[in-house]
Amino acid sequence: MKIKTAPKNKFVSTTNACKLCRPMGAAIAFRGVENAVPFLHGSQGCATYMRRYIISHFNEPIDIASSSLGEKNAVFGGGPNLKLGLDNVSAKYKPSLVGVATTCLTETIGDDAPGLIKEYFRERSDKTDLPELVNVSTPSYSGTHMEGFHGAVQSIVEQLADENVAPHDAINLLPGFVSPSDIRYLKEVMADFGRAATILPDISETLDGPALREYPLIPPGGTPLKQIHAMGGAKATIEFGPTLDPNKTTGTLLEQKHGVKNHLMGLPMGINETDAFFRVLELLTGKPTPERHQAERDRLVDAYVDGHKYVSGKRAVIYGEEDLVVGLTALLAEFGIHPVLCASGGNSGRLKEAIQAVTKDILPEQPLIREGHDFYEIAALTEELKPDLLVGHSKGYPMSRKLDIPIIRLGFPIHDRLGGQRLLHLGYRGAQQIFDLIANAMIQKKQDRSSVGYSYM
Amino acid sequence: MQTTILEQRAEQIHRKGDAPFSISCDKESLAGAVSQRACVFCGSRVVLYPIADALHLVHGPIGCAVYTWDIRGALSSGPELHRLSFSTDLQEKDVIFGGEEKLYKALVELIDRHQPKGAFVYSTCIVGLIGDDLEAVCRKVSKEKGIPVLPVQSEGFKGNKRAGYEAACKAMFRLVGKGDTSSISPHSINILGDFNLAGETWLIREYFERMGVEVVANITGDGRVNDIKRCHGAALNVVQCSGATMDLAKMMKDKYGTPVIRVSYFGIEDMSEALYEVARFFNDPKMLERTKNLIREELAVLTPRLEKYRGALKGKRAAIYVGGAFKAFSLVKAFRLLGMKVVMVGSQTGTKEDYEELEEITDDGTIIVDDSNPLELSAFLKEKDVDIFVGGVKERPIAYKLGVAFCDHNHERKEILAGYRGMLNFAKEVHASVTSPVWRFVPRRNK
Repeated sequence: MKIKTAPKNKFVSTTNACKLCRPMGAAIAFRGVENAVPFLHGSQGCATYMRRYIISHFNEPIDIASSSLGEKNAVFGGGPNLKLGLDNVSAKYKPSLVGVATTCLTETIGDDAPGLIKEYFRERSDKTDLPELVNVSTPSYSGTHMEGFHGAVQSIVEQLADENVAPHDAINLLPGFVSPSDIRYLKEVMADFGRAATILPDISETLDGPALREYPLIPPGGTPLKQIHAMGGAKATIEFGPTLDPNKTTGTLLEQKHGVKNHLMGLPMGINETDAFFRVLELLTGKPTPERHQAERDRLVDAYVDGHKYVSGKRAVIYGEEDLVVGLTALLAEFGIHPVLCASGGNSGRLKEAIQAVTKDILPEQPLIREGHDFYEIAALTEELKPDLLVGHSKGYPMSRKLDIPIIRLGFPIHDRLGGQRLLHLGYRGAQQIFDLIANAMIQKKQDRSSVGYSYM
Repeated sequence: MQTTILEQRAEQIHRKGDAPFSISCDKESLAGAVSQRACVFCGSRVVLYPIADALHLVHGPIGCAVYTWDIRGALSSGPELHRLSFSTDLQEKDVIFGGEEKLYKALVELIDRHQPKGAFVYSTCIVGLIGDDLEAVCRKVSKEKGIPVLPVQSEGFKGNKRAGYEAACKAMFRLVGKGDTSSISPHSINILGDFNLAGETWLIREYFERMGVEVVANITGDGRVNDIKRCHGAALNVVQCSGATMDLAKMMKDKYGTPVIRVSYFGIEDMSEALYEVARFFNDPKMLERTKNLIREELAVLTPRLEKYRGALKGKRAAIYVGGAFKAFSLVKAFRLLGMKVVMVGSQTGTKEDYEELEEITDDGTIIVDDSNPLELSAFLKEKDVDIFVGGVKERPIAYKLGVAFCDHNHERKEILAGYRGMLNFAKEVHASVTSPVWRFVPRRNK
């Protein structure tokens, strides 16, 4: 593929970033633990901005506490405010866990969060009802929200998983940043295999809850702390994260420290990747894929056949978080779309390899892979590539509007449509929904632009 | 109820009629209280955001820029540079070795690319700590590129949103006095503190123009750098919104003697009073006549249309939680006009005087609150059995979770709420939410 555009990362400035800051990811991950409150050690604005950003996607309340540092704290250290904040959050929310994430402010003034937390427990040793505390270092000047998300998950396991747990039959499932609907799906799969699972984090209820009579201090749901403590005794871990550093993942930590075998794999998106997931489950449980999932797969194959011509050879630009981009690329490629650009604001250095691994047998030509890109760069490439569709979160909309290319909204955030929390990406079922969305978008485009306005496909 | 209010916050909540008025406010948010407030940067960013032909570069890590990308529905009649999110995206090595060089290069690159009429460079928490000399970098680029490049001292931790308003005003004030004022009419004003959400500034401008008043600069809705440069030529500053642009009006009063009036364009009473005040200021009988006619015409259209909503909404209970208290005053009056009862009212950044005024215009038993949080707000909604809550994006899920109707008075709204037409939209929105059949299904109404 010949592209006139200069090599990647040629600009000093960033315009319309395709990434979020690191503490944001940590806040979302902490929200997926039972009776936990995310807590940002920094200035008040960070928590408020992130709450607003998260609310606009999930349409759910999310309380993120802050140590609300002021000018004098920045000079003399944020310790006292951190402790006061922890006292207040504990008094008001009665949490079982407070997840403390740092920010650029507290990282730069050199607050030692782990030390301060130790001190906090020492100073309040007379209190019996203190929550458990987990801390994660999330300087916003390094990495993206995904490093924050995975970092928080890792800190939870590192700091809470007990040593010498008696072996048990549950499977640890580390899904990464997927939707509440995706988590509900995974729970269903595990239940159908008849196997207990510790899914960490679990935002299926905490970020997609029902209408209530009472405002919940902390919404019900989330990974039970008891299960987290026992993760070291699990039968195995399944971890989704094709662009994670395989030597440093949470699953690896559980393997090295607790001897729990890790299966690091891609997000189960599309038939190939979902087959791989079910194969591992079959292996771990000794049971065949349950009937209804096999049936879903069969129906999906039938649907692919029914609709393949509408999508065949269509060219797509896919953008967003690296792991999701890999999953989407695998999915789109297997039903006949040609991804021409796969881009992310993330910068793992592993995107190209991961995409190659899932598409080399299918795609006649590899797409352009771009890490560390913003939407200014993605839009410029897209303008040149003239794809048939864009696939990613809602921040691609300005580009879609300007270039008049349909956008399929998936992932996070979806700020200009309802139902982001209900989007299903995973499994045969998720593939079915995404396939219908994409095929119908292609059909609609042709229909809308037809001079006839036909009524049959 | 008591369990939801932290002891240290008790002074920031008042119930009218319970005791002589006293409220504590204007203080730093309490750690761990989950304040609805943002930071200094946020204050500066929202005020300057609508200036559409300026480059807005956020100097800091990516978060501050990305969370404010296209965040306000502030419309522009021309350039739309303000809708892009520019950042220096500071990395670890910049934090260690300083970000000045990156800032310089980013500024030059973006100015060359977009040819803006000016640039605002926002300082964030980290910049305040690593000590980049924003002033020097801006001066250098300004000289090289021949446009004003203005540092905004908006380090997040150096106060709350109001400090950010002040920093924004200081930055804008450096533009004032730089433009030609020779053609400006003696009957001229600046519109301060309206942000042209959904096109509100355009509507207000049209009213003033119908009165025969020239609008020199909208600050900052549909704002332009060159308008701000010559805004000292206006005879009067008409300031809406309690905090956001008052500092600029004060600075202009001190330096140029420009008189100031404070107004609100929300609700019939305040909108009409705003127009009358301007007319009275110019002391021109013809203008006063035109103003009367304008208001008569608008009301003749509006009043009959409002009737239907007033009937349906009579006696319903409303709660208000907004950023600035001035908006709260107008909302109290607007709800009253619709025959509704205001049972709770609060703001993120009100002053003592603001709260005194709120206490004056509200009924006994009304809860008045400063710098509240989700737990308190949800407790108030339940206690007062509220029918509709009006607030911003962060308040919406609190109402909805409890099955309470909601009116979006936020930065991204798509319908005009100001002016006479806005009053009708407001009534329509309140009515649409309060009378929706969906509330029949929520637990609150299924006792």
